[in-house]
Amino acid sequence: MNKYSLTHKIFMYLAILVFMIFILLPFIEMFYASLRPLDHLFRSPYQFFSDDLSFWAYGEMWNTVPKLGRYIFNSFFLASCVAIITLLFVIPAAYSYARFYFPAKNVSLYLLLAVNMFSGAVLLIPLYKLLRTLGLLNTYLAMIVPGVAFLIPTSIWLLKSYFEKIPIDLEEAAYVDGASRLQILRHIIAPLSTPGLVVVGIYAFIGAYAQQFLFAITFNSKKEYMPIPAGLYEFIGYQTVKWNEMMAASLVGIAPVLIVFLFLQKYIVEGLTAGGVKN
Amino acid sequence: MIKKTKLQAYNSPKLLAYALIAPAAIYILCIVAWPLIETIRLSFTNSSLAGEDYVGFQNYEKMLSSSKYNKIIVRTFIWMFFSVTFKIIIGLIGAVLLNANLWGRSAFRVLVIPPWIVPIAIGCLGWLWLYNGYFGILAGVGMRTGILDGPYGFLAYKNSAFISTIITDVWVGTPLVTVFFLAAMQGIPKDLYEAAYCDGASKWDRFFKITLPQITPVIITIALLSAIWTFNSFEVIYILTEGGPRGATTTLIIDTYKMALGNYKFGRGAARAVIVVILLTIFSAFYMTVLLKINKKVSHE
Repeated sequence: MNKYSLTHKIFMYLAILVFMIFILLPFIEMFYASLRPLDHLFRSPYQFFSDDLSFWAYGEMWNTVPKLGRYIFNSFFLASCVAIITLLFVIPAAYSYARFYFPAKNVSLYLLLAVNMFSGAVLLIPLYKLLRTLGLLNTYLAMIVPGVAFLIPTSIWLLKSYFEKIPIDLEEAAYVDGASRLQILRHIIAPLSTPGLVVVGIYAFIGAYAQQFLFAITFNSKKEYMPIPAGLYEFIGYQTVKWNEMMAASLVGIAPVLIVFLFLQKYIVEGLTAGGVKN
Repeated sequence: MIKKTKLQAYNSPKLLAYALIAPAAIYILCIVAWPLIETIRLSFTNSSLAGEDYVGFQNYEKMLSSSKYNKIIVRTFIWMFFSVTFKIIIGLIGAVLLNANLWGRSAFRVLVIPPWIVPIAIGCLGWLWLYNGYFGILAGVGMRTGILDGPYGFLAYKNSAFISTIITDVWVGTPLVTVFFLAAMQGIPKDLYEAAYCDGASKWDRFFKITLPQITPVIITIALLSAIWTFNSFEVIYILTEGGPRGATTTLIIDTYKMALGNYKFGRGAARAVIVVILLTIFSAFYMTVLLKINKKVSHE
């Protein structure tokens, strides 16, 4: 029943082609622009083809924006910190939600979901004042502290569902046999939940990488702490915008996420899907 | 017997349960709940970098009586409506295509994800170049084919900037919608289709009489969720147009941001943020109700 006629197939592939062009066009165009010399990019009338494509921009961009390497490191560093701190908060909470019954459990779980509805943008004013009072403006922490808060809710939901999959009988058996809670945590829960922890960690990393821009432009003005999404704007503001180098740097900037994604795409799609519609 | 009470104690230690949740809960209270309350308080003051005084409802009166602000509210909803509608339609078509038993479909399923996981701020730089009136490929193709008679800055005119920002926002949101719809379609029992096939139903019939009704709950929840995220969309507009030209793409979020952190008028910015929160709360309440209803229905079946 799943056989398609030839015309059907052609029609569907054409539709997929259009769909994929829409999705990938910005990336293709970024890549193509990064290979062309600047004066080819600024040719009028418009030309599709350049004869001397090269990776020149990928070398030159480090000179145009000297701190580029630092920005990429910052992005990676910030996202890793946010992911690790998020996990530290989320692991105990998710375990508690998965295993114990207590008053206000469901209400608090749905309140957590409600946190997802607010973007950081709404809370920026008090956060700005708070960070200023604490003296954290223009530090790494200014971007880490708010970042963690917005990743905790979904991470708890995600990890909770992983913990729930570990049979409770295992724990009970160990407990009856005289194991302490700590021993159970170390020898039963930790090894069995590793895949779940990896998924949640990746989710938090990608989420943290994606949300850097807003916090960076609002809470940080120091170049040495700037993450790449904000740092890329340095290519603008010179006399001409060095588009080819900016596009090259953009692609290098998104490479970490794309590489993580390609290797672990199955788990990530699973994790991301679990993040939106909960049962 | 002893075993049982011991196990009960193991399985419901209230103090431990709360203790484990406490760090996350306190964090959320400090970084989300308190700022929310503080925003409400600030909205009744004229707070700025210089200091603050209580001014009552002045911020709200000023804001709501200005025709500019009312226009922004209407514009936000129009922008959101079109963006969400296109995300749902394109996502639905995309999911059908990626669900079809075609060669290469697992590769297509991977290729659809990047706009979702790549930082929006970087993806938008690609769009910024695409929309370039002289050198972008869109203007280039337009000029070559004669659709455009000269360079055309997509972000330079009110209407085209409005449409362009919607297209980019649709691009950001479509992968998520597609993946969710695809997951929902894969969950539909196969025998439904087999029965329909035996009854001689056409492909269109099968789509409209089986697929669509079966995934309607997911479509509704995703539409609401997507509406909330679209309403919150900041980077797309901020990077492409900064709310311009002449305010044509200024939505509530952009307006709030600019008032608060562009001009450091915390009080007036906070009043705007409160309006955003109220609207978001209405959406969220709606979303939660629908979600609970659907979950109940599913668990009853």
